[in-house]
Amino acid sequence: MKETVLILGGRSDIGLACAHAFAAEGHPVQLAARNVETLEPARADLALRHSVEVSLHEIDALATGTHGAFAAGLEPAPGIVICAIGALGNQTADEEDHAHAVEVMRANFEGPASLMAVFANQMAVRGEGVLVGISSVAGDRGRAANYIYGSAKAGFTAYLSGLRNRLAKQGVHVVTVKPGFVATSMTEGMDLPPKLTARPEEVGQAVLSAVRKRRNVIYVRPIWRVVMTVICAIPEAVFKKMSI
Amino acid sequence: MKKKLSGWGRYPVAECEVTAPRDEAAVRAAVAQGPVIARGNGRAYGDAAMQAQGTLDMRRMNKVIAFDPVAGRVECEAGMLLGDVISAFLPHGWFPAVTPGTKLVTIGGCIASDVHGKNHRNDGTFARYLDWIDIMDADGDVVRADASSNSDLFRWTPGAMGLTGVILRAGFRLRPVESGWIRQEMVPAANLDAAMEVFETTDATYSVAWFDCLGRGDALGRSLVVLGDHATRDELPSDKRYRPFHVPARRRKKVPVDAPAFALNRYTLRAFNLLYHWNGSRQAGSSYVDWDSYFYPLDALLDWNRIYGRPGFAQFQVVIPLDSAKAGLTRLLDTIAASGQGSFLAVLKRLGAEGGPFSFPMEGYTLALDFPVNDRTLALMRELDAITVDHGGRFYLTKDSRLSAETLRAADGRVPDFIAMRAEQGLAGAFASGQSERLGL
Repeated sequence: MKETVLILGGRSDIGLACAHAFAAEGHPVQLAARNVETLEPARADLALRHSVEVSLHEIDALATGTHGAFAAGLEPAPGIVICAIGALGNQTADEEDHAHAVEVMRANFEGPASLMAVFANQMAVRGEGVLVGISSVAGDRGRAANYIYGSAKAGFTAYLSGLRNRLAKQGVHVVTVKPGFVATSMTEGMDLPPKLTARPEEVGQAVLSAVRKRRNVIYVRPIWRVVMTVICAIPEAVFKKMSI
Repeated sequence: MKKKLSGWGRYPVAECEVTAPRDEAAVRAAVAQGPVIARGNGRAYGDAAMQAQGTLDMRRMNKVIAFDPVAGRVECEAGMLLGDVISAFLPHGWFPAVTPGTKLVTIGGCIASDVHGKNHRNDGTFARYLDWIDIMDADGDVVRADASSNSDLFRWTPGAMGLTGVILRAGFRLRPVESGWIRQEMVPAANLDAAMEVFETTDATYSVAWFDCLGRGDALGRSLVVLGDHATRDELPSDKRYRPFHVPARRRKKVPVDAPAFALNRYTLRAFNLLYHWNGSRQAGSSYVDWDSYFYPLDALLDWNRIYGRPGFAQFQVVIPLDSAKAGLTRLLDTIAASGQGSFLAVLKRLGAEGGPFSFPMEGYTLALDFPVNDRTLALMRELDAITVDHGGRFYLTKDSRLSAETLRAADGRVPDFIAMRAEQGLAGAFASGQSERLGL
């Protein structure tokens, strides 16, 4: 019997793509999201296509007080947890809309980190499991264009790095995924360069392969590693005057 | 969003307003703007799924809704790929009753084209296995059409190239199979007569002939007829019998760049065709081939349409009715051989009786060939058009990118009825494609 995969953020295109990738390999799937009953068509699709058990679970990433009970209540306890929770926000608008900016930061860091924390402890006790966090290249360096989202993702990246360090000795593996641009509902209508833009299914396959190979940090399209290395190498004195 | 679109042939190319709806409401909003055309996976060769003002990329509406493993009935959204239907349900012992030569097509596309396969003579088109469709009309209402309710819409939609509305969902039946293997038999045929003799006498489920377009005189129509039947579990060798639906994964190759136009001259073509022949004769006789290699040999070569280079290519596919098939095919093949523009792929199939009011197939032989697009080949295809019309032949709209409205009318007496139906149902202004505008449909 293959490990059950929990998808946190089961409504997102990346989350669903991961669900399909793992279900196709015979893993039972738990989809967790807000208003999860509306995911019934997606549940049926996954179950019928791949002949696996798929269940729905209500979760609010920002209601951090509920996370412990949520994790304890899952039956069976998932062997692989993939967190695809996040919100892009609108940088320009959110610079003025303080409340919304805070919400974007909470949705990209606080909620995901809190959920990872409870599953990390659960897996540490069992001495096995894999945690996958979908972070972002935007977290590699803060830019004027998206630093509210990016800074929270930077926090999440650092959190995952720390978890990996802590759990490495306890049989629990942590994967950090930096997808780069992905053609999802979150980026719909944006004019993204095709060579740098992955399809959600590519992310799903990349996550599946990273879990199997126990990779630590992956960029979905390898070109992104190069792009971000260059961006991070630009001296701050120059970088602050650039608009990229 | 504005996007440069083309069909599989990469000709013609047009700037289109593309939206990718995730739900009915988004489709309705686009239909209200009109005119629109639904697009599946872009495997129609020409401009059938392109509308400058509104092209609906339906691939995000691709969920399975229900599956009955006892009766082999599937219900799904129109954007689901046929290949995904196979991966999901072949392990349960079910395979599409009708499949075109690629699995990278959507179910909506299969219905709009009313696709046929190598078993048309025995099993008809996709429409024969259709239980119902949900289709959005010009007012944005969703209509359930089946054999008893809205039966006119149900009859007209297969083959209508999306011009009767946006197909949203469908229920259809699959064929029971005992394995994922095909018992294949290769029969070399020295010429057209010999090939037709094989088609007329075979009792195989599937039959198709691959052509060497450059053969002249006695060798005209020199071909390799490939016959196939679904292998039963018991007949499989023991290594395959153990897991009859498990077939080896194929390695995918990709055509990385556009080939330069000169890459396809008559010498490279001749070399390719000879090689294909040699390979075929070597394997003559019976063998077991997995379903993917048998039905979809070209799917393993991703983006193979790039081998024709940037100008793109056109496919010429017609059906010539049985009584004039021999004469018509001979004229067509003679004309092609004389031009030296013979194509990479040339395929001959025997079709059975006509199945619907605007569906392509009719009793006879269908010939399909690719040509790189240039002035000479476009002129050659116009010559072939005239030969087709002279022999009572008909054109497959799914492959068409360059036919004229006059030729279509001359070839297909059903066009006026189709136009009248569209006008009567108020569909003409709401649903239109580059192709329907070019052909005056």
